[in-house]
Amino acid sequence: MSGNNNNNGKNGDSAIELDQISFRWPGHSAATLQLAHFGVARRDQVFLSGPSGSGKSTLLALIGGIVLPQSGQVRLLGEDMRGLSASARDRFRVDHIGFIFQQFNLIPYLSILDNVLLPCQFSAYRRARALAQGKTLHAAAAALLTSLDLAPALWNRPATQLSIGQQQRVAAARALIGRPEIIVADEPTSALDADRQQGFLDLVQHECEQAEASLLFVSHDHRLAQRFTHRVALDAINSASMAAEDLA
Amino acid sequence: MKLLIRLAAHSAWNRRFTLVLMLIAIALSSTLLLGIERVRHDMRESFSESVSGTDLVVGARSSPVQLMLYSIFHLGGATNNMGWDSAQKLAANPAVAWTIPLSLGDSHRGFPVLATNGDYFKHFQYGSRQSLRFAQGRPFADTFETVIGAEVAHSLQYKLGDKIILSHGIGGPHLLQHGDKPFTIIGILARTGTPVDRTVHIGLDAMEAIHLDWSGGAPMPGLSIPAQQVKKFDLTPKTITALLIGLKNRAAVFGLQRAIADDEDEALMAVLPGVALDELWQVVSIGENALLLISALVVVVGLAGLVSSILAGLGERRRELAILRSVGARPLDLFFLLALEGLAVMLCGVLLGLLLLSLGILIGGPLLEANFGIVLHLNWPTMEEWQLLGAVVAAGFLASLLPGLRAYRLSLSDGLNPRI
Repeated sequence: MSGNNNNNGKNGDSAIELDQISFRWPGHSAATLQLAHFGVARRDQVFLSGPSGSGKSTLLALIGGIVLPQSGQVRLLGEDMRGLSASARDRFRVDHIGFIFQQFNLIPYLSILDNVLLPCQFSAYRRARALAQGKTLHAAAAALLTSLDLAPALWNRPATQLSIGQQQRVAAARALIGRPEIIVADEPTSALDADRQQGFLDLVQHECEQAEASLLFVSHDHRLAQRFTHRVALDAINSASMAAEDLA
Repeated sequence: MKLLIRLAAHSAWNRRFTLVLMLIAIALSSTLLLGIERVRHDMRESFSESVSGTDLVVGARSSPVQLMLYSIFHLGGATNNMGWDSAQKLAANPAVAWTIPLSLGDSHRGFPVLATNGDYFKHFQYGSRQSLRFAQGRPFADTFETVIGAEVAHSLQYKLGDKIILSHGIGGPHLLQHGDKPFTIIGILARTGTPVDRTVHIGLDAMEAIHLDWSGGAPMPGLSIPAQQVKKFDLTPKTITALLIGLKNRAAVFGLQRAIADDEDEALMAVLPGVALDELWQVVSIGENALLLISALVVVVGLAGLVSSILAGLGERRRELAILRSVGARPLDLFFLLALEGLAVMLCGVLLGLLLLSLGILIGGPLLEANFGIVLHLNWPTMEEWQLLGAVVAAGFLASLLPGLRAYRLSLSDGLNPRI
């Protein structure tokens, strides 16, 4: 499987586009990630697999604009990350990308509702888009939480009182609020049991379709891979020899 | 910024038990620091307000500080007395406006007894040249009459007409009593905030009278002179402890001081109260500075505790920082988030410390005044205290930067994937 199979064009309709990437963490002697090309089209849903050490977290750091590659180009929604300052990349990240992590996704001292609304606090763009969906931010968050099967009784509880499955759905709501163009889910189901994995993926895929967002779904669980038409194995496209040094 | 403050507040509330402990540590340490400074300041003020208008204090040759301590503050004891004839000679000096003889050595239930004469109530001044005022009654006229200070009256619940018995010597529970010669309280002085409040005043003749049948610090066996018969004896004192001198013209002070020092008849010493006090502060300041240093170290320990508890918590919060990064927080935001917390706790701690100090003065102040005659003022911090507060806040500010810097570095190296 090649990294080029879901490249729908270099400009215009690409959500994520990485070209001729070489990335080396400071203090490391060799590159962790070397990619000829990797891309996710707008509204596409891509399954990215790879054993730990294949450079996954490095790839996500590049996509999140946390780091810049030593050489090559990272374009998100047509925007070249090299042209943005570090704080502009921080802003770009919250404006256009929603992240769902493996577990412990929530700020423990905030309520469910406040956790969901966090991106709208940091980003005026997300806030405006959330308000375009619901009358108030609260209504927008409520609509998402409801469609993710979270009962209103839970909304004002602290995040720590929820089950892991519920926490992951709250994280999905936070990633989706304000309709960012890209959703990155980093092994979001690995802490869930098999039934709940399917249910969670149903919800996330459905919501991404609704929001017309691109979904980059990172997992090593191949049972889930069947649900994606586009699948990429990172260890197959990463030609860096030192990939194993990527601690994740 | 408002968002960060809100987040920091929520986060702090989440860890309120740890933070409240740190808050208490910082509050107590700043109370200690400010308290020591306040006691030092107010003690100096109390001391320097204890006497005013007196140009010279004369006594047997010893150290000026010691002479001041026992003659004005009634602390410690006289090592030597001066002759009454010398005192009279000085009183007759044409440069001298007035003199007050002072004789110390006895006590009443822990309060020093001062033997003097009517000139004391006429000429003695304290504070900014205020004279003594009677709250009730009048100066003593007869031998076994006494005038007590406000604190004596207050703490022992005495009123005019009460009879009191003096003890021989100062301090200790097993003093011999002058039980055969009780004194009648004839006057109570208005409060002055000086050692006068804690003093029992009697006449010099009374001091002689109660020791007529005593020798070498104990009643003479087989000899007892009843109170009614003391007038048959010569009650002129042979010696006194010290003599306060007021001059007609202050310019004469150094001349007279030298003349007293050069006196051939008796080895005497004349001390300028202000100069002696300065000397006293020089001695005391070594101890004061040591105390200040120790309390400053206590503050440092408190701040170190605060920083280390925040830093220790940071390990568990790396995930939280990554989440905040993922929703758009800049590394600088995370720096503020962590620095704010330390800063807020530190500021609250210092404010609480000020409050505790005020409470402490309200509650402990009267106790300190009753036992040591030091009056603590419940007032706005002094210049020195503001400086100390500023130093604490500055140290706290620097200390708060540490967790902030750590969070900043972590957020850069962790990105979205904390390596826990």
